[in-house]
Amino acid sequence: MTLQDHAERADIFNRDEERVDWHDQTLWFVRQKRDRAANTLPEWEALREAASQIKNNVLGNLDEYLVQFEANAQRNGITVHWAADAAEHNQIVHQILVENKITQMVKSKSMLTEECHLNGFLEHNGIEVIDTDLGERVVQLAGEPPSHIVMPCIHKKKEEIGEIFHQHMGTEAGLSDPEILTALARADLRERFLTRRAALTGVNFAVAETGEFVVCTNEGNADMGAHLADVHIACMGMEKIIPKRAHLGVFLRLLARSATGQPSTTYSSHFKKPRTGQTMHLVIVDNGRSVQLGRPDFRSSLKCIRCAACMNTCPVYRRSGGHSYHNAVSGPIGAILAPNLDMKEYADLPFASTLCGSCSNVCPVKIDIHQQLYKWRQVLVKEGHVTPAKAASMQAMNTVLSNRRFFEVAGGVGRTMMKWFPGIVSNSLNPWYKHREMPAPPEQSFRDWYAENRK
Amino acid sequence: MLQAVRQSKPDASELPAIPESTTFADRKVERFTEALNNIGGQVIPVRDFSDISAYVRQNYVLNRVITTLPELADVGEVHWHEVAPHELADVEFGILVAQFGVAENAAVWLTDLLMMHRAAPFICQHLGVVLSAADIVANMHEAYTRIGADEYGFGLFIAGPSKTADIEQSLVLGAHGPKTMTVFLME
Repeated sequence: MTLQDHAERADIFNRDEERVDWHDQTLWFVRQKRDRAANTLPEWEALREAASQIKNNVLGNLDEYLVQFEANAQRNGITVHWAADAAEHNQIVHQILVENKITQMVKSKSMLTEECHLNGFLEHNGIEVIDTDLGERVVQLAGEPPSHIVMPCIHKKKEEIGEIFHQHMGTEAGLSDPEILTALARADLRERFLTRRAALTGVNFAVAETGEFVVCTNEGNADMGAHLADVHIACMGMEKIIPKRAHLGVFLRLLARSATGQPSTTYSSHFKKPRTGQTMHLVIVDNGRSVQLGRPDFRSSLKCIRCAACMNTCPVYRRSGGHSYHNAVSGPIGAILAPNLDMKEYADLPFASTLCGSCSNVCPVKIDIHQQLYKWRQVLVKEGHVTPAKAASMQAMNTVLSNRRFFEVAGGVGRTMMKWFPGIVSNSLNPWYKHREMPAPPEQSFRDWYAENRK
Repeated sequence: MLQAVRQSKPDASELPAIPESTTFADRKVERFTEALNNIGGQVIPVRDFSDISAYVRQNYVLNRVITTLPELADVGEVHWHEVAPHELADVEFGILVAQFGVAENAAVWLTDLLMMHRAAPFICQHLGVVLSAADIVANMHEAYTRIGADEYGFGLFIAGPSKTADIEQSLVLGAHGPKTMTVFLME
């Protein structure tokens, strides 16, 4: 099987035009809710600036904050583990389960564990993992990865979800009412919460000053898991640190408003110490983050708080779907994080953008996402990770655009050719021609027009 | 790992001041009430605990009710701290008390000392929270100023009932936690 790139996968998503339109409009609606929520706060831009500067400060002092956080967390009774890469992370989680003789675990949403492919690893080692976020449960049953970091099954229609539940949970066939489907999942998962001895959660923010970590959900699934289990394992990328508890005020005001337009998530849970009789483990993961930190052009991507505002606003994401990015984190932010992990495999992603800049405009921590997409393209071409055709056409463009005389001649030739032989550009070999008509060629170049009309 | 971070981190920059906000400083009770209505919860103004007892009798007469408030012992169990939290799975209505509320998002703050079990605010089918009207702060910055350096094992903001919109963005109340949230606002 040949690996498909973003454009090929987007083609598959676009076969169902009605669904693409629905996907596009639904995410745009979320983007509009984000705008309304942001507009209720006159201090919104000041908050974004503060959040951005706090995160800059974190990147510049990351080692010290991590040391401080570890010491405080241990003082609170949390066992802290360090994982250099995905494999080590997975082994640590597995080891904790083995030591506690646990073979079944509930898990709330964690993009980090998606990045590390934890579920597959644990299942291979005889551990059953149940995803408990409703959207994640749907894609888990469907055997798919999430397509969106906040709304994991946004690519699915309710009838398909009814069918998935029918196949895997034995519910009645033909159900599609979201309220009924949610109630069925609630009953099924409640049983799991009550019987599983281990729960894994992600981490939204880890506070260096206090050694506590905060998990935000709307469903309450992280808490249902963690408070009923004997063992709580929380996994975090090392960049999730913030310096002080008071900084939570800034980030919690931004996070849900940017993500879904809510003034806050339903639950903002501050885990500081294990409850009596419980053990709490925290795994801090690098997995390429220290490498990204060393890339001056791309390090600010580590400021991301995973709100997905950049996805909801992105004209390419909305019309190509999350799966076309073939990475745990999709959309514009995923496209600047992924090449750090593997330039060859993700070389297509920074090109899956119009560079319109909307992502950077909505980012609550002011990451210059579209600039980084542009810069990654240059790195990827230089390192030889694009197709020879793309490299050759970029080289040709460079030659034409950097030589005035050549540009004039090429423009004249192009106008003449398009006029007499329109089939040269209006054919299926020209990707621009798909879904578009080529414009009529102008009679003369702007330069000639200007020379005639300058008076 | 730390060595790798030290080698690649940028130059240190200063921490900024936290922006000042007076956006939600006026009409705090009204704003809190509006915000809770918008996220699917409800505010019931009460004068004293007998109003809450009356509400429970009216709505949950045949159901299991738990509370951390000895004042409500006439309508709910108060001795449940020694049972396993799993045994709370059949609780219909749980009544807890919050330290304070936040006008901007209708969140209420509780620490584990106020929950008896950390699972309590999540496992009951319906949740009631007693809040004093005088204990509403304007926004999340004031909330953290108020929390300060408080000690707790587990601290929690709750804003409304548990919810999901994972299926086609249709909002459904009652994902895994309580299906409703009622704040008993005491004057």
